[in-house]
Amino acid sequence: MSEGHTSGFDPRRFRAMLVKESLQIARDPSTFLIAFVLPVLLLFLFGYGVNLDTARSRVGVVVQDNSAAASSLAGAFQGSRWFDVVATGSVSTLSPDLVAGRIRGIVVIPDGFGRAVAHGGGTIQVLTDGSLPNTASFIGAYAEGVRATWAAARSTDHGAVHPPPIQTVSRFWFNPELKSRYNLVPGSIAVVMTMVGTLLTALVIAREWERGTLEAVMATPVGMAEFIATKVVPYFLLALGSMTLCTVLAITVFGVPFRGSPLALLAIASAFLFPALGQGLLISAATKNQFVASQLALLSAFLPTMLLSGFLFEISSMPKPIQAISYLVPSRYLIPQLQTVFIVGDDWALFLPNIAVLLGFGTVFFVLAVRATRRRIA
Amino acid sequence: MIAALLGPRLAAIIIKELWAVLRDPRSRLSLLMPPLLQLLVFGYASTMEVRHVTIGVLDRDGGQWSHEIVQRLAGSPNVKRIVRLDSENALARAIDTQQVIAAVQFDSHFSADVSAARGAVVGVVYDGRKSNAAQIVSGYIDRIVAGVAGDIHTARPPAPSGSSSNVTWFNPNLDYLWFSIPSLVVIISLVSSTAVVSQSVAREKELGTYDQLMVSPFRVWEILAGKMVPPVLVGLANATLYLAMNPLIFGVPFTGSLWLFYPSLLVFLLAVSGIGMLISVVANTQQQAFLGMFALTVPVFLLSGYAAPIDNIPPFLQILAEANPAKHFLIVTEGLFLKGMPAADVFANTWPMAVIAVVTIAAASYLFRSRLE
Repeated sequence: MSEGHTSGFDPRRFRAMLVKESLQIARDPSTFLIAFVLPVLLLFLFGYGVNLDTARSRVGVVVQDNSAAASSLAGAFQGSRWFDVVATGSVSTLSPDLVAGRIRGIVVIPDGFGRAVAHGGGTIQVLTDGSLPNTASFIGAYAEGVRATWAAARSTDHGAVHPPPIQTVSRFWFNPELKSRYNLVPGSIAVVMTMVGTLLTALVIAREWERGTLEAVMATPVGMAEFIATKVVPYFLLALGSMTLCTVLAITVFGVPFRGSPLALLAIASAFLFPALGQGLLISAATKNQFVASQLALLSAFLPTMLLSGFLFEISSMPKPIQAISYLVPSRYLIPQLQTVFIVGDDWALFLPNIAVLLGFGTVFFVLAVRATRRRIA
Repeated sequence: MIAALLGPRLAAIIIKELWAVLRDPRSRLSLLMPPLLQLLVFGYASTMEVRHVTIGVLDRDGGQWSHEIVQRLAGSPNVKRIVRLDSENALARAIDTQQVIAAVQFDSHFSADVSAARGAVVGVVYDGRKSNAAQIVSGYIDRIVAGVAGDIHTARPPAPSGSSSNVTWFNPNLDYLWFSIPSLVVIISLVSSTAVVSQSVAREKELGTYDQLMVSPFRVWEILAGKMVPPVLVGLANATLYLAMNPLIFGVPFTGSLWLFYPSLLVFLLAVSGIGMLISVVANTQQQAFLGMFALTVPVFLLSGYAAPIDNIPPFLQILAEANPAKHFLIVTEGLFLKGMPAADVFANTWPMAVIAVVTIAAASYLFRSRLE
């Protein structure tokens, strides 16, 4: 585009363009789907469906010993709130259930257990399904817990009380009941803003490139700054709208506390939308093709937000090269802020550095997007 | 050869559909590169283990026993670093800014309490923002403290002993990669094949070639069959690529039979393509098709058992998850990779996918036909 016939920024023209873009968005039913229906669905899924809290595990119990101690321990497993004993029998009859996934573990109380207990010992065996590593380690730990509690209760019955020499008193700040919903629901707002900011923006603008309607707009006296702004502002407002909807639902329906201020949330969300929208623009200008843009937006924005931002998986546990990649994911800097503004409160010492990084990413994306747009037109 | 096998008309439409997908070099690349990257990056990223954590220590005691506990914490393979904190305020800052995930506190009389057997107390504060990780780290710390406590020789009789020995079947070292790689085979063949199929009919509508297709001598079932071939092939190709790459890169064992895996994969891909086709027929534009596909893939992903255990979701959502082909195929894939799953169990998880495939494909062809008239 030649800069000659554009007279910088004209408020009237800008308003007209803004109205055009807003109407275009409002008329498309799929916008409504992404900005309002899908966020509610996501929140619902993260609020109810994706539950990382340990649930009762289905196990089988095998008693190979006919002592009173063995049946008393088996009873302790039956009565435990961590386990749902769905089958009994022998290891060989229960192992097909473990293969089929009908049970997640087998507790074996071996032959001679009663005699061992009488001599102050007694070892049980816990067979777990390693194809679900997390569940397997929980079952191992909780089965030992049931056994230890049972053993302690028995020794108390026999008159010996031994409090452990060192006790650990644990306090979980901000979320004493350790509800995973408290961090998943705020985190899912990052996913929603990525969907509207990057995915939807990339897709819609790529379609305009594909159809050539962008060139038509470029042929008018609209300046580059105006052009980019009118493309971005409606999506910015749309994303803030779905963020607000999610926040209200998180507080009212899902009972997530909101201990920060709305102003802080607005600042955080706006700072994140800057790189998110920039990335969307960049993808559309660089690909100019709806299918490729959609795949690229999924791969470079949506999936990293789900998997590399610390939302579902702990970043410190990832291998070093993957951790290095995660520094390039803008939502990595958003997730801690969202979780903090919801369940901790305003902590500007945590917000400001993250906001600065997000604005830095945004600047880079917008500069690249402007360059890609110019090159397309030249 | 294809023509001889399927008859000239079906062969022609299949070749046309394959061309439509593979003609553009960028879309060819986007069918192969993203899945490969995803397998590498997300395979290693998706771990529920908690390692390399930083733990704060506020040691007002400085005695023998607090020193012992801190030494053992520092020596734990899960702990990357110990940060010394000098006040309650510093501790609160370290937690608030997420410098540490947990902070251990010793009172000034801790070691004296231990030596005098007065019931010494270690206080530990965790960052509840990371509820899952905090819980796992609390398990590590409790175990270390209990280990130190067990080594204290007091005059009292020993506590009741006994133990449990854990044996993990199918994955002896509890390697999380052994769970995530088979899961990603499912997730990525799901994502790549729905991406292709949902665009198929919608693209024709948007480009205006839909009407040409309508006036061609093809029957509806031939058109739909032609459109199902590319996504199924893309899914098969991606899954095969992973099966071939896995032993070279990840080394997750495949203990089951490939003769069970491929038929089940085919049924899974048909179910997935059926769902995608339904969206594509309903959508008027590519954009609607993509967004519709996306709106469906996200719940399918979240309720597959990969992102969170299926056992944990509430009963009404479990019923809904039965209609999720990925949930069934994940059981088959995990089973065939790790558990050497027998044919009966594979079948038990494959027929629900066949039902999903039949229902969605029938619905798609009904809607397709009704638009003809």
